[in-house]
Amino acid sequence: MEPATRTQNPVVTGTSVLGIKYKDGIMLAADTLASYGSLARFRDVERLIKVGNTTIIGASGDISDFQYITHLLEKILIKESNTEDGHQLYARHIHEYLGRLMYGRRSKHNPLWNSMVVGGIRDGEGGTFLGFVDLQGTTYEAPTIATGYGAYIAQPILRKAVEGREDTLTEEEAEKVLEDCMRVLFYRDARSINKIQIAKVNASGISISDPRFLDTEWAFAEGIRGYGATD
Amino acid sequence: MEAVKQGSASVGLRSKTHVVILGLKRSPGELASYQKKLMRIDDHMGIAIAGLMSDARVLSTYMRSEAMKSKLMFDRPLPIYRIVAAIGDKAQVNTQRYGRRPYGVGLLVAGYDDAGPHLFECAPSGNFFDYYAVAIGARSQSAKTYLEKHFESFADASVEELITHGLRALRDTLQQDKELDINNCSIGIVGKGVKYHTIDGEGIQKYLDLLGDGNAAPAAATTATAGAEDTGAVPMDTD
Amino acid sequence: MTSIGTGYDLSASTYSPDGRIFQVEYASKAVENSGTCLGFRCKDGVVLAVEKLVQSKLLVPGSNKRIATADRHIGIATAGLLADTRHLVNRAREEAQSYRDLYRAPIPAKMIADRLGQYVQAYTLYSSVRPFGVSTILATVDKTGPQMYMIEPSGIYYGFYGCAIGKGRQVAKTEIEKLKLAEMTCREVVKDAARIIHLVHDDVKDKDFELEMSWILDSTMTHEFVPKDVADEAEQLAKASLNDDMDED
Repeated sequence: MEPATRTQNPVVTGTSVLGIKYKDGIMLAADTLASYGSLARFRDVERLIKVGNTTIIGASGDISDFQYITHLLEKILIKESNTEDGHQLYARHIHEYLGRLMYGRRSKHNPLWNSMVVGGIRDGEGGTFLGFVDLQGTTYEAPTIATGYGAYIAQPILRKAVEGREDTLTEEEAEKVLEDCMRVLFYRDARSINKIQIAKVNASGISISDPRFLDTEWAFAEGIRGYGATD
Repeated sequence: MEAVKQGSASVGLRSKTHVVILGLKRSPGELASYQKKLMRIDDHMGIAIAGLMSDARVLSTYMRSEAMKSKLMFDRPLPIYRIVAAIGDKAQVNTQRYGRRPYGVGLLVAGYDDAGPHLFECAPSGNFFDYYAVAIGARSQSAKTYLEKHFESFADASVEELITHGLRALRDTLQQDKELDINNCSIGIVGKGVKYHTIDGEGIQKYLDLLGDGNAAPAAATTATAGAEDTGAVPMDTD
Repeated sequence: MTSIGTGYDLSASTYSPDGRIFQVEYASKAVENSGTCLGFRCKDGVVLAVEKLVQSKLLVPGSNKRIATADRHIGIATAGLLADTRHLVNRAREEAQSYRDLYRAPIPAKMIADRLGQYVQAYTLYSSVRPFGVSTILATVDKTGPQMYMIEPSGIYYGFYGCAIGKGRQVAKTEIEKLKLAEMTCREVVKDAARIIHLVHDDVKDKDFELEMSWILDSTMTHEFVPKDVADEAEQLAKASLNDDMDED
């Protein structure tokens, strides 16, 4: 008899998500590709979502698991808004909940195969929050977060640009550094695409941009053997 | 409902920042200790009871576990309104189904959360009420009369003033020949920046002194058997 | 009622010789004595209004609401026992959520009304339970537009354009019939809602009351309390119009 097995691998996946703190709040970036193995299967899947009025989440990993998580969050949010007692779930609370959820599932040997970045207003007292959760229930907070391949490629760039400058980095600068990182990822990560979204939480609320294309430079390819150069 | 009225009184009142609950304790006899009236649920919440102690323990255990769950799942103190509503829902079921008896206990829930200070009463009927000040239990109407007369001044009152008002209201529920002393009352406090805590025994004396008029009686007051008489024909022990 | 002392009124599972179930009628009594509760289905949404009687001045204003939200797109207003209301609202929330779990979509108006109606009816069948002491007005918006249903303690439910339950229902119904709801917007109806509640309120018997009003608009599909400025304006107008009536007398 075969031993019982649970989810051992993700199926349709999204790649890196990046998140940083900046002067006015939190900014997240992700591309819109959902890969089926190495096949670029769906090219317009949105992986940045709004959770309530103060939190945004970006997810990499299994897309269907993320859709399920989205449903669970919708559920607790409805429950929360049904009770009109002046309380609401802020980013810190959502992050804690996701941490418990993911750890609970991994302890059943049936993990939800995602790494997520949670950003937003910290709690009722204000402040900003940027946190990470993965499929094992690992959680941490940091001023810059990158999941997946981005943890190797983008994280050093983000640290250099952001750390120590969280309170002075402007929205334009923040957007530029994220865009630069997404471009590098597109060049280096074979599971990425040049169509990205950027989500922001600041004093004026939440905004998630429409998907847009990155400007890329391929002239150098002429000189690379296998692309343009013949030998 | 009647079981609640049999129990000795509990009083609660709140300002814009703090909530105070007070309980009048009874002792079955000189050799026995006083039955406690206040229970801590969490750092931000406490309850005062009137009615069947055993029912109160069931409910407080439930409240504590819900408070723990909220901390575990969302890292946030359990919002007061929600636990009160949940208790109301539990109590309602008992009123609609055959073969169940309603809870024989009234609760005053005092708490402080992100939405501010709260004082709720939970009744066995499944109803619950959000109050500025309230009293439940034996002769609580007298305390309510006192509170209705003064509640408008509570909003800006200091904790000390809340306690003295509370003690005066509690005193109005006593029988003719009885007085408050450090043994027969306890005080619970929670509020902005203040975790739930109780004042018992010697600590109460200074507040009793503030009451003046005859309540400065020393610790060894003669009320050790307070309440023993009026519990006479109660089917179960009530506190 | 002639049922008293006949023994036919002791259980919801006993019929009287003329085919009535007195327990259900008693439950309706609980509703008839409660504060008035109105529902209006208009052009662009549904408006709910409740006359909430206030028992003690020690109570915090705005507490013990009689209008609840069962899902983003479902508002519930009730007349009757408040604790039973909460039971029913919780059931509505469960039904709405289980529909979302299955279909990943908000539950349609007809379905939530039917499921709640069945639930209420089940409590009229057995001797081990008592019927609900509440009538419920359900306000929702779905793909077909604004919808309103009213469920009685018997479990019977109908769709309505305008309905009134509780103490002042007779007078209120006459007033609602005068309105051309199908041509009116929620914004307009709120004023009439406030006026009618103030009109039916009995100053002599019931001292104090709070006016609670909510709406669900077609455009937002979200049930919410009427914004404070709009509600206040409506209440001001209501009071003014009542005073005018008095002057004319």
